[in-house]
Amino acid sequence: MSSVTGRVVRRCFALMVLMLVGGIGWTILSLPTEWNGLSDHVAARLDESGARNPVTAVLLSFRGYDTLLEIGVLLLAALAVRSVAADRNQTDTSIVEPPGLVLMGLLRLVAPLIVLVAGYLLWVGGHAPGGAFQAGAVLASLVVLVLLCDPRLLPRIPNWLERLLLSLGLFVFIGVGLSVMAFHGALLQYPPGQAKWLILVVEAACTLSIAAVLAALFAGGRIASLDGLESRTQKEEGP
Amino acid sequence: MTAASLYALCGLALFGVGFYAVVVHVHRLRKVLAVNVMGSGVFLVLVALAYRTPNAPPDPVPHAMVLTGIVVAVSATAVALSLVRRIHGEPGGVNPSENVKETPR
Repeated sequence: MSSVTGRVVRRCFALMVLMLVGGIGWTILSLPTEWNGLSDHVAARLDESGARNPVTAVLLSFRGYDTLLEIGVLLLAALAVRSVAADRNQTDTSIVEPPGLVLMGLLRLVAPLIVLVAGYLLWVGGHAPGGAFQAGAVLASLVVLVLLCDPRLLPRIPNWLERLLLSLGLFVFIGVGLSVMAFHGALLQYPPGQAKWLILVVEAACTLSIAAVLAALFAGGRIASLDGLESRTQKEEGP
Repeated sequence: MTAASLYALCGLALFGVGFYAVVVHVHRLRKVLAVNVMGSGVFLVLVALAYRTPNAPPDPVPHAMVLTGIVVAVSATAVALSLVRRIHGEPGGVNPSENVKETPR
């Protein structure tokens, strides 16, 4: 493609994008300025959901299947990264310098705080902004921090445990969703009195899985990177 | 114009910029970044339009959808990045990173 036609095509496309944006912008401006949406419906049935924070109620009760599929998407992404990046992304830990005194001190100071904040976010999600995703992301930041400081500091967990951590959230969610079907006949329709602790169980399992998945996505599919390194060096030594 | 519609228009502008960039740019990393900018714009539009009545709590349903969307966007980005990295390392693969000059300024 010559550069002149390329420029013309780009200009035409820019014009099309501008027209699209203009159309949607006009639609946004012509929407009613005051609108409560579904908040009234959510507020009316908040007591049944087992959570006092409306966003948590929507996430895990009213639209629980959304969140269920989302955990599935996370697991799928972790599996995809795991297979695509298969032992290519491992950093050579032998060239990593051990972290200095200040960095280690900071890590020691911050690590328990991160765990505490993650636990707090998980618990507070029932009645205020927070919940499994925020807690999982905070927990994953700890793993990322350790990976950036010194990957050798990570405990070497066996492969089955890593797989269990990655899929725990989805399995617990599906298990709870199916077992409440025995009482009410609908997927994820929590029995009225038990909704709160059922949601807490699901959220706790999801927190662990989300943290594991996010950390695995960062580390190129595998959290226990030393195992990958070992298999790679063995492969390179082979014929 | 209310604050909510201003935020929504900002999100729409982000969406437009990202949409243009994802089609026009050749470099794969820029495409991934452009899709993320697009996604952020969509999230901003949804969150802003859910909070239109100033003194009432925002509509939780779009907020929950955005929360779901952010997580899905993060995982999709990770998959895209690992695919880009894999293609980049393949022998014989076309690496548009060497032709960055072709992308428009």
